Amino acid sequence: MAELKLADYKTTVHNDWCPGCGDFGILNAIQMALSEMQIPRHKAVIFSGIGCSGKTSHFINVYGIHTLHGRVLPFAQGAKIANPDLEIIAVGGDGDGLGIGAGHFVGAGRKNVDIPYLIFNNEVYGLTKGQASPTLRLGEKTKSLVSPNTSNSVNPIALAFVSGFTFIARSYSYDVKHLKDTIQRAIKHKGLAFIDVLQPCPTYDDIHTREWFQGKNKLEPQTTGPRIYKIEDTGYNGTINDESEVNEKMSKILEYSTEWGDKIPIGTFYQNELVPTYHQRIAENNKEYFASPPSHQEISDNENKPIARIDRILDKLKVN
Amino acid sequence: MSNVNSISWLIGGPQGSGVDSAANIFARTCAKEGFHIFGKREFYSNIKGEHSYFTIRVSEKPVNSHLEEINMLVSFDAETVFRHADRVSSGGVIIYDSTLAETTLVEVPTIDFEASNRIRKLLEDSGHSVNLSGMLEFAKSRGCIVYGLPYFEMIEAVAIKMNDPKLSKLARVVNVMAISASISLLGIKKDALTSAIQDVFGSKPKLVTINIEAAEYAYSQMSSKFDPKTIKYKITPKDALQDYLLVSGSQAAAIGKILGGCRFQTYYPITPASDESEFLESNQIIDQSNGKNGSIIVVQTEDEIAAVTMAIGASLTGVRTATATSGPGFSLMAEALGWAGMNEVPLVITMYQRAGPSTGLPTRHEQSDLLFAINAGHGEFPKIVLASGDIEESFYDAIKAFNLAEIYQLPVIHLLDKAISSSIKTCKRFSNELKIERGKFKNNIDKNEGGGAAGHFQRFKLDDSPVSTRVPIGTENAIFWNTGDEHTEEGHISEDPENRNKMMDKRMKKLEIALEKIADDDKVTCYDFGPGAKNVIISWGSTKGAILEAIRKLSEEGNKFRFIQVRLLHPFPTETVKKFLVDANQVIDVEMNYTSQLASLVQQNTRAKIDYKIVKYNGRPMSTTEIYIALKAILSGTNERRIILDGGT
Repeated sequence: MAELKLADYKTTVHNDWCPGCGDFGILNAIQMALSEMQIPRHKAVIFSGIGCSGKTSHFINVYGIHTLHGRVLPFAQGAKIANPDLEIIAVGGDGDGLGIGAGHFVGAGRKNVDIPYLIFNNEVYGLTKGQASPTLRLGEKTKSLVSPNTSNSVNPIALAFVSGFTFIARSYSYDVKHLKDTIQRAIKHKGLAFIDVLQPCPTYDDIHTREWFQGKNKLEPQTTGPRIYKIEDTGYNGTINDESEVNEKMSKILEYSTEWGDKIPIGTFYQNELVPTYHQRIAENNKEYFASPPSHQEISDNENKPIARIDRILDKLKVN
Repeated sequence: MSNVNSISWLIGGPQGSGVDSAANIFARTCAKEGFHIFGKREFYSNIKGEHSYFTIRVSEKPVNSHLEEINMLVSFDAETVFRHADRVSSGGVIIYDSTLAETTLVEVPTIDFEASNRIRKLLEDSGHSVNLSGMLEFAKSRGCIVYGLPYFEMIEAVAIKMNDPKLSKLARVVNVMAISASISLLGIKKDALTSAIQDVFGSKPKLVTINIEAAEYAYSQMSSKFDPKTIKYKITPKDALQDYLLVSGSQAAAIGKILGGCRFQTYYPITPASDESEFLESNQIIDQSNGKNGSIIVVQTEDEIAAVTMAIGASLTGVRTATATSGPGFSLMAEALGWAGMNEVPLVITMYQRAGPSTGLPTRHEQSDLLFAINAGHGEFPKIVLASGDIEESFYDAIKAFNLAEIYQLPVIHLLDKAISSSIKTCKRFSNELKIERGKFKNNIDKNEGGGAAGHFQRFKLDDSPVSTRVPIGTENAIFWNTGDEHTEEGHISEDPENRNKMMDKRMKKLEIALEKIADDDKVTCYDFGPGAKNVIISWGSTKGAILEAIRKLSEEGNKFRFIQVRLLHPFPTETVKKFLVDANQVIDVEMNYTSQLASLVQQNTRAKIDYKIVKYNGRPMSTTEIYIALKAILSGTNERRIILDGGT
C-alpha cells in the first residue's frame, strides 16, 4: 500500500475554531500521530464529544463519530468492545469529560477498554461563551464570568488514577511534538489511556493564556522561562513493571497532579499494562472473543435464516 | 369453572423463603401431568422478609391470565393467610402452619398499616378474633376447608429420617413441604413432583435429595391424615404436553434476541428488566448451525445513559445491538435515542414497563409509558414502537424488532411490562424457522462505489430511497461521519436550510414506508368472537390474555365481541385500526394506566369515538375476572364511562 502522507489525514471541511485556538495544535498532533504510525484511514475512528473540541472528528480524514455532550467514552467503548480491531481515539472537552460526563470518566476507568482519550483542557465552556469548566480553579474569574468561580476544580490526573486509567499523561497543545509522541504512546498502550491536554482558549480564558504558559506573571519574578517542564527530563519514568511499584508511584502522581503555578509538569505520569484490559476480561469467559468479536459474527445463512441454535436453552425449559 | 382439572392456586411467604422455587415446582408438576400453566409473580421492592406470592392457574386448555378467586391457598407463614384467605372461594382449600394459629395481626410486622386496617376491619365486622385462627374461622364460615400442618414437627421427623440433625438447613424445605401437601390433596402422583424438583434444583444434587425427602414425607403425611375426597378440586393426568416449555417473559425475549442475532447487549440494573440481561449472560456462548460457537457480549454499564450510548457505539460496527431497561432508565436514554434517530442507527431498546412515575411501584405492573415511548427525545425523528401481548409474542417480537431496526435504520422500542416479564406460561416450543432481514446492510464497498470524495461514503445519500446503504465503521473505501448535528450526505455538519429539509424528509419518510410495508398482522391482531360483533374492545400489551378469556366466556354466554390488539404503536396503523372499527357500535378501550393512552392515540389518529374506558393503575395486573365483570356492566348499559379496576393484593 502506498505510504499515507500527513495531508491524507486532513479533510477539506472548513475549520471554524477561533484564530490561535489551542485546538489546532491538538488536531495537528493527532493527524501527525496517525500518519507517522501509518494507521490505515478506514481502520481509525475518532469519537468526539460536544463543544469546540467535538468538531475535531470532522477535520480528520478517518471515520468520525461526533457524539453527545459528555457521552463520548461510552460511545467509543461500545464500538471498541464490539470491534477490537478498530483503532479508536476518543476526544472531548474538559466540561464534556469532567463535568457532564464525569460519571463515564470514572466508569471507563473501571473497565480499562483499550482506547486513548484526550481531554482538551482550557478551563472554560468556549462554545457557550466562556462559562467556568470543571478545571477552572475556585475564585478565578475568566473574562466572561460575572463573578469569580464559586466551585472548586477537579483534579483530572488524580481522578484518572483513582478511577483506574492505566495510562495517564499530560501534554500541552503548543508543544505539538511532545503531544504527538504522547498520543502515539497512548495509542500503543494496551488499556484505557488518558491525556490531559493543557490548552489556552484565546477568546475566553484570559488567565491561562499562551503567554502565561510561556512564563508571564510568575509569582517568583527571579525565575524565568516557561512554566511547563517535562517530567521525563527530571529522570522520572511512569512505567509500572511490577504491581509492588504502584503505591510508590501513586504518591508521585498525586504530587505532580497538584503542582501548578510557576511549575507545571507534563509527560507520562503512569503506565501500567499489568492490569488486564476489558477485552482480556471478556476473553476469560469467552475464549473466541478476539477471533470472533460481536462485529465479525455471522448471524444468518444464505437463506437469511438464523444460524443460532436455541435448542440447548429450550431443552432446559421444556416441561417433559 | 369446573372443579376438576382447573384450579387457581396461590403460594405466599416472606421474600427469600423460596416462594418462587416452590411455585415453579408446583407449575412444573402440573405441566408434567399434561396441564397448561399461567403463573403470576408479585413481590415487594425488598430483598428479604416482605410478603411475596405466586399465583398459578392450572388448566386443560391454554391459559394466559389470572383470576381474582383462589381455590387453593398454600402457606407456611401467617401473613399469607391474613392477606389472601378472603379471596379463597367457597369449597376452596387453605393449607397453613398449625403452630401459628394464635398469631395475631400485630405480630406480623410486614403487613403494612393500610392492609392491616383492612384485615382488622374484615375480621371485626364479621365477629372473628384478630388472629390467624380468626382468619381461618372467617374462611370456614365462607365454606373453605382448612388444613393445619405442624411444619416444625415434620421437619424434625425428616431430619431424624435422614440422620441429619442440622435442622437449620432443613428449615428451607418448608416451602416444598407445603406444595407437596397441596399436590397430595389434588390427587397428583408423587412421580411428577419428584421430577419437577429435579428440574428446578437439578444443578445441586444435595438440594435435590433433601427436597425430595421432605416432599415425600409431607406428601405421605397429608395422604395419611386427610382424605382427598373431602375436597372438590382434582388434577387427573392428561396426555403429555408435546414440545412445550415453561418459560417467563424475560426468558422468552432473551431467547428471541439470541436467535435474532443480537450479539451485544448493555444494561444498568433495574427491575424488572435485569432478568433478561442476566439470562443472556448465562447463555453467552451460542450454538450455531455452522458448527462454530457464536457469542453475545453483555455489558453492565455505569448508568442507562452509558447503556444506550455504548449500544449505539457497538451498533456502528455492524453488530445487532440492544439495551434493556425500565421507565426510569428509559427516561435517561431519551437524548441518545435522538442521536440514533439522527444518524439512522439500528438499535433495539427493550422496555420493561413498571408502575411510575418516578420510582413509582418499582416491582409492580403498569402500562403507562406508551406515549412516553412514542414521544421520547427532543426534536422529531423516526422510531418504531411495538408492544407484545404475551410471553410467546415477546419471543417473536424480539426478532422482529431487530429486523425493523435494520430495515429502516432507526431505533425500535420493544414494549414489554412487568406482568409479562415475571410471569410464566406453558408455551409451544419456539420455532427456529424465522427470517433475519438486514435491509441495506453491506460490509464491503468497491473503490468507486462510495459516492463521496476519494474513499468517502455517502452514508446519508439523498436519492430515491430514504433508506441508504449502511456499512460498519472500519469498512475500506467507505469513510463517513456521524454527528448529532444536521448533516450532509457524508455526515458533516450542515446548517443549510435546503439540506435540512431534504434530510428531515429522508428520515421521516422512513416511517411512511414502514407503515406501507409492515404486514397487517404485525400491526394489529383482530380476534372475533361471533360474526358481526358490534362491541369492540381495543387494547395493547399484556392485557391480551385476560381480555381474551373474559370475552370467550361472554361469547359462550351469547354475547359477541371483537378484540383489536394493537401491536405496532408507532407509526400508528391508522388504516388498519379503522378497518377493524368500521362496524363498531361500542368501542371499549382497556389498558393498565390512568389516562387511557391508547385511547388518545386511537382518537387522535382515527377520530373514532371511544365509548368506554376500562383502566387500572393500582400496580396489579388486570385479572380475567375483573374484565369480565366490567364488560358485563357495559353490556347491561352502565352509566359509568370510565371503569376503574382495583383487584389484586
